Amino acid sequence: MSMSKRALATAGLVLALSSVSARSEPQLGQPISDADIAAWDISIPPSGEGLPPGSGTFAEGRDVYAQSCLRCHGEGAAGKPADALVGGQGSLSTDAPQKTVGSYWPYATTLFDYIRRAMPLESPRSLSDKDVYAVTAYILGLNGIIPEDAVMDAASLPDVQMPNRDSFVSWYPSPPR
Amino acid sequence: MRNGIAKRQEALDQADLVAGNGLMSRRALLTAGGRMTVAAAAGGMSALAVSRSAAAEALSVPPSMTVPGAPMSGYGQPSPYEEAVQRGVLKPYGDLAPGTGVSMTPLQHLAGTITPNGLHFERHHNGVPSIDPETHKLLVHGLVKQNLIFTVNDLLRYPMTSRTCFLECSGNSFFNSFPKPMQMPCGMIHGLISGTEWTGIPLATLLDEAGVDPKGKWILAEGADSAGMSRSVPLDKVLDDCLLALYQNGERLRPEQGYPMRLLVPGWEGNMNVKWLHRIKVTEGPTETKDETSKYTDLQPDGIARQFTFPMGVKSVITHPSAGLAMQGPGFYEVSGLAWSGHGTIAKVEVSADGGNSWAEAALQEPVMSMMLVRFRLPWRWDGSLSRLMSRAVDDQGNVQPSHEAWAKQYATGPAGNLYHCNAVQTWEITAEGEIANVYV
Repeated sequence: MSMSKRALATAGLVLALSSVSARSEPQLGQPISDADIAAWDISIPPSGEGLPPGSGTFAEGRDVYAQSCLRCHGEGAAGKPADALVGGQGSLSTDAPQKTVGSYWPYATTLFDYIRRAMPLESPRSLSDKDVYAVTAYILGLNGIIPEDAVMDAASLPDVQMPNRDSFVSWYPSPPR
Repeated sequence: MRNGIAKRQEALDQADLVAGNGLMSRRALLTAGGRMTVAAAAGGMSALAVSRSAAAEALSVPPSMTVPGAPMSGYGQPSPYEEAVQRGVLKPYGDLAPGTGVSMTPLQHLAGTITPNGLHFERHHNGVPSIDPETHKLLVHGLVKQNLIFTVNDLLRYPMTSRTCFLECSGNSFFNSFPKPMQMPCGMIHGLISGTEWTGIPLATLLDEAGVDPKGKWILAEGADSAGMSRSVPLDKVLDDCLLALYQNGERLRPEQGYPMRLLVPGWEGNMNVKWLHRIKVTEGPTETKDETSKYTDLQPDGIARQFTFPMGVKSVITHPSAGLAMQGPGFYEVSGLAWSGHGTIAKVEVSADGGNSWAEAALQEPVMSMMLVRFRLPWRWDGSLSRLMSRAVDDQGNVQPSHEAWAKQYATGPAGNLYHCNAVQTWEITAEGEIANVYV
């Protein structure tokens, strides 16, 4: 009798304890250092935080483009068979809007981020950071957004003013009045 | 005598009519609880009687009752007679990027509200990755006290919850943003939508374990596919109801749905429900990824683009009858379809059979759940004449599904116009020959 009473009391205590600690059980995540996540931590916000060392220019980018991008994005990044990356500035409020990096994209950092993570389509993550800076400079230069002698690096890229930067209106948390 | 019965039946039938061109009372099908009522059963039978054909042939023994059937199997498959029920695949870049595009659920061949896993729509940005769950890991980092990494086996040990909800690609129904209505089956127009019971871990549990810094207001969610698909999600939504989904309708996720794990963001743009999820970074602001700036933003005619239009708008579509099906002569049909809203719960669905001149309220099949597909039904007697079927949904937040015209005029047109968030009313035109076409009204 007393045994079963003690068992009940113990069970009650265990229940009480488990309900106190249940909030964040079972705590199985393993700590990992910033250095050890570097290969994964590749997203670049508009501030440029996290941009890697290295730099690239329009001229260098032309070579990277010819080797890795031309086949899909065409001569001068004019498109075909894949998307056009230049042109269309001033077209967004017409009957035939053309969305390209030059006419539509609000942040130059997005271009670096996207090329590095996803391009070229058949071998993503194959370009060096230097090559990504260079081809970013090439596409921005083709669009007349930066001069052809500009150097793109962690300091200069976030400062690039994209022509369509101010034409986006956030609908979160609610639509504008 | 015969004349008298016909007259009485006609009177009964007239009493059931609730809107123009043959729409009958929803009471003739379902009560709120989903049971047929006695009076309604009589009404339904009288409707059937109208189209009853000549007497049936004498019965013989079905061959299936004369020989033993097939043995058991490890994983069941649909009947071979259903082989034609397939997703419709669209590859906008063809062989250049065969893993970039969509496959669309054949809504006109399905009933109920749960999408079979093998028919769940797909939207991939560079193919379906092959991921070994033994090597896949989830990283939680950024504005947290402690970076944490989880193995799949770790995550399978966490307390789980289930959420039955719709998942809709923001580009669903994009064909209806074209200037002229496209002629294709219902599922090819509206099939980027699913209803699924997802099971997994509230993301709040994992973020709590990592310890979110008060400066953190958003997360960046990234997939382990070769597009590195990434989207920013406000932390408020993440902590409110987002799941790390591991199971889909009871079984582990299909590869096309993010195996071994995906983000589930109930009611919001499908693109945010990042598949093959492997990284969550807590951030101060949105990361402004390619898929939340150059894509999944909604261009207006004035050149301004709406950004972060997260909830999918209130919407409905009639799936039966619809394009891809054929009418089988005049007489009784059950009009049925799907309705949903990313803002909350469907409150009402109205149906018109006369191009919007008159409307009748459809019955909603229980259970009616927030941010989940609802099946609506209404009996209809088609007289064989040119008819226009439409449905219009209203949610519990007072949002009303817009007409095609009202929807379209908010957005830029043309080949690079807006393709997202098309929740316009769908009109199916049924010709006297019984063909069903997509029309704009």
